[in-house]
Amino acid sequence: MSNSILEGESAVHPTLAAGAPESTAAATTAVMSMQQALNRALDEVLADNPKAVIFGEDCGRLGGVFRITDGLQAKHGEQRVFDTPLAESGILGMSVGLAMAGFHPIPEVQFDGFAYPAINQIVCQIARMNYRSRGTMPMPITLRVPSFGGIRAPEHHGESLEALFAHVPGLKVVSPSNPNEAYHLLKYAATRPDPVIFMEPKSRYWQKGDVNLADGGSPTGAKVMREGRHLTLVAWGAMVARCLQVAELAAEDGIDIEVLDLRWLKPIDAEALAASVRKTRRAVVVHEAPLTSGLGAEVAQLITQSCFDTLRAPVERVTGFDVPYPSGDLEDEYIPNIDRILFGIQRVLEYKRG
Amino acid sequence: MDTLPVASGDAAEPLTPAQLRELYSLMVAVRHLDTSAIAWQRQGIIPGYAPELGQEAAQVGSGYAVDTTRDFVFPTYREMGVARTIGVDMVAYMSTHKATWHGGLYDPLESRLAPIQAVVAGSVLHAVGWAHGQTLDGKDGVAMTYFGDGASSQGDVHEALNFAAVMKAPVVFFVQNNGWAISVPTERQVAGGSVAARAAGYGIPALRIDGDDVVAVVEATRRAFAHARAGNGPVLIEAMTYRRGPHSTSDDPGRYRSLDEERDGAGVDPLERFRQRLLADGVADEAFFAEALAAAKAEEEQIRTGIQALGSRPGTEMFDLVFQETTPALQAQAANWREESEHV
Repeated sequence: MSNSILEGESAVHPTLAAGAPESTAAATTAVMSMQQALNRALDEVLADNPKAVIFGEDCGRLGGVFRITDGLQAKHGEQRVFDTPLAESGILGMSVGLAMAGFHPIPEVQFDGFAYPAINQIVCQIARMNYRSRGTMPMPITLRVPSFGGIRAPEHHGESLEALFAHVPGLKVVSPSNPNEAYHLLKYAATRPDPVIFMEPKSRYWQKGDVNLADGGSPTGAKVMREGRHLTLVAWGAMVARCLQVAELAAEDGIDIEVLDLRWLKPIDAEALAASVRKTRRAVVVHEAPLTSGLGAEVAQLITQSCFDTLRAPVERVTGFDVPYPSGDLEDEYIPNIDRILFGIQRVLEYKRG
Repeated sequence: MDTLPVASGDAAEPLTPAQLRELYSLMVAVRHLDTSAIAWQRQGIIPGYAPELGQEAAQVGSGYAVDTTRDFVFPTYREMGVARTIGVDMVAYMSTHKATWHGGLYDPLESRLAPIQAVVAGSVLHAVGWAHGQTLDGKDGVAMTYFGDGASSQGDVHEALNFAAVMKAPVVFFVQNNGWAISVPTERQVAGGSVAARAAGYGIPALRIDGDDVVAVVEATRRAFAHARAGNGPVLIEAMTYRRGPHSTSDDPGRYRSLDEERDGAGVDPLERFRQRLLADGVADEAFFAEALAAAKAEEEQIRTGIQALGSRPGTEMFDLVFQETTPALQAQAANWREESEHV
């Protein structure tokens, strides 16, 4: 049995709860996997916005290869949730036309690497149409991209495209790190009038966590996931959980690490970065993408600009390598692991001015 | 080639004499504006232009079938004749060639013409998406998308044909086969020799028509619209025409074809051909032609004055129109730009 939206319901749909007794904190919090949280968010987006449509490869009857759209076609109909032919440029190009016609398309690219065949439509069309049409044709498109590695998938099924997307004027980029973030960030992204690339960390799809259905806090900017005094780890997506693990291990050695979940990779929350690093005076950026021209460089520059006088060491980066994403056997060598992150922390803590 | 069922209803009605005269007036207006735009480029009024000399019948005839109360047109960068035919503000249209704003200054929603597009097959898929939106909304609008023989080599055209056919989207794919993709002739561009022939592979009815015969173009496009509007799915029209001039004002066709070849390939001028037909049929006389030309000249003058009066856009628009909801980084860049440009 799949993780359908119709099973395992432990909380009331907030929008359907009208007239019910006032919800208690317990009734609005549910334990669910990120897959379930995303599925629920999409269900509610479809219920709330009659112009929202979900489509892509296998997202109808199958519910998507990761079951993120499971049960949505059965519940909302084949007009709202539909399968397309297998062609990513087609899916994204069709999204442009649907947006022009007043819809809020929520297309899915089945795997990150399959966004490459659609880059022309994403970069030349989706990102520019608001500009080209002088604001008369907004592109409220939420492109869901199962992203990053960690699941021993075949080639092109584990890429980190955030720097590529974030570099394109006209696109916004966000990545959730846990089920609660997934639920709230997707609901927020899917109501924005601008194109948002929603990068789902596929290695976290089945991790469970508390989701506060009633209160997600601010859906914009970065979020401190763990307070600390000695160093800030900046991460997003799947790397946030790993950085939290690292912080726990470091605490055993008396190192008090703050973990900042960047969440929005564009626009980057420069203020939150500055606030955290002004406090800790040291920072390490952790990402799965290759090092060169990665988003870590942007983050490091933003920190340098705002914290130059308080920094005790240059900002370090712990990242993937400048190699094509390797096969499953080498995946653990490629993705920043606990040891490599600890080495990065050590380099910063032991830095001596020359 | 004609695999589209015979039209019925309004689409089968012959054009009235008044409509024929209107078509001629449109073609003259388009011809005059097109040749003037090249002169404007030579005079430095605009930096560049993509001429369409010889394609007036294909553009005016197809645009004439569009109902701007419900249909939507997706152009590339060489559809000035279509824009003029469906009533787009031509100063706003020409502003893109003046390099004032990518896509033009006209309101695409009001004009029913998507912003001008430089990626040759870029908007073909947009038409499919828009058309599918009509199906989802239960409306009867038809999307018409323009592309050329060169663009038909691009994958997006094939994805669009397949999507439209699978989804039965009300789209008219209007191909202007003008013989050239910049310097590459159709036979080195289109395998199989015909774009229309490909439609059969997608189960899409197709028409291959004389794109230099404006009446044939109107009739074919009306049939296609009627077919799509009735819920029968997409249609492809391949209008055979010829790009008599260069690809753009920066192009030198002398490097890839001789004047003799041009003369042979181009055949009879579509405008002159239509004029002779109207004369022979007694639909119009010399006085009418003179009047149409005078009106075209007056219109061109008005458009030229309009674009000459166009100033640059305020620099703030560069920042303000990227997003509906701006970002702190963009705001900071705009503020920085204002501060530094004020010091100049």
